[in-house]
Amino acid sequence: MAKRSIPEVNAGSMADIAFLLLIFFLVTTTIEQDNGITRKLPRWEEVPPPNPPVIKKKNIFTVVVNKNDQMLVEDELMELKDLKKAAMDFIDNGGGLGTEGEKCDYCQGERSESSSDHPSKAIIALKNERETSYSTFVSIQNELGAAYTELRNREAVRLYGQGNTYTRMNAIYKDPKVKDEALKTKLDTRLKKLKKMYPQIISEAESKTN
Amino acid sequence: MAKFKKKKDGELPQASTAALPDIVFMLLFFFMTVTVMKDNSLMVENKLPEADDIEKLNRKNDRVMYIYAGKPVAGYEKFGTEAVLQLNDKIAQPSELKQYIHAERALRDQEIIPLMVTALKVDRNANMGLVTDVKQELRKENMLKISYLSVKPAQK
Repeated sequence: MAKRSIPEVNAGSMADIAFLLLIFFLVTTTIEQDNGITRKLPRWEEVPPPNPPVIKKKNIFTVVVNKNDQMLVEDELMELKDLKKAAMDFIDNGGGLGTEGEKCDYCQGERSESSSDHPSKAIIALKNERETSYSTFVSIQNELGAAYTELRNREAVRLYGQGNTYTRMNAIYKDPKVKDEALKTKLDTRLKKLKKMYPQIISEAESKTN
Repeated sequence: MAKFKKKKDGELPQASTAALPDIVFMLLFFFMTVTVMKDNSLMVENKLPEADDIEKLNRKNDRVMYIYAGKPVAGYEKFGTEAVLQLNDKIAQPSELKQYIHAERALRDQEIIPLMVTALKVDRNANMGLVTDVKQELRKENMLKISYLSVKPAQK
């Protein structure tokens, strides 16, 4: 028999097959980024501690939301748009001494006697009812978080110069693509300092039953 | 000199397409590695609330545990019209969270467990009662880091 040469396999459609696969993956996958408001829950105590620390009333900023999504701030009805300003005034008041007995020399508030002593003592207590809608709750959390962020940004710019806002430094610090260790340590100390100046103390009390 | 005059005058050779499959495969592999498959189908409505003071949460890292909640979608009406929880592929009660957390912890390395973050994907129309129950369970199980997932509001 005559020796026949094996015909070469036609690879012309290879590209089409690959394209088909590519389009399939493009359609079925999502490049979705999750964003969220991060908070820390208080530790669960089986038995409440016998002697809870006494907190002065002026150091607590109460926000109560009812089932109709209306908001009471320090016993007065308030619109959501005014909350951030009110929270900032409260945190930044600096009327007294902090937890370590120091004065708040960076606060720019009114230093009123009837508002918080020091950012490290200022507690925001958020209470909601079971019927409160989740979207209201999140927007209130958002405003309260924004109040802290804005204060931290202000101090960051004052200490580290224009453009070095807390938000931006935090974003760089958290970015997994940034590999510069020296930069990260520098940012870490800065962020820690800012967080210590304005610690975020938001207490999400359990909702009232009934 | 005659050796160099073999080519016909000015005619362009045909571009080779032999490398095309390789290029496309490269693209394909790129997309396969950077994207995440939609892993579970949602049985609850999930329109996230709006917020702008938010932080990114890396989906790829396995510190994140997801909890979904919302009204059951069409086809799952038997679970009622109130917001319910969805854990993995099941509609669940808040009391089942404990089991879920234990199962999720078992999947992860010992070192990662204290760093775990719970991502709450709750529908904006849900009410806080359910969320409060979830938070309570999380506190009991010492899962204190939570993130209320939300979306950036549409530009005004």
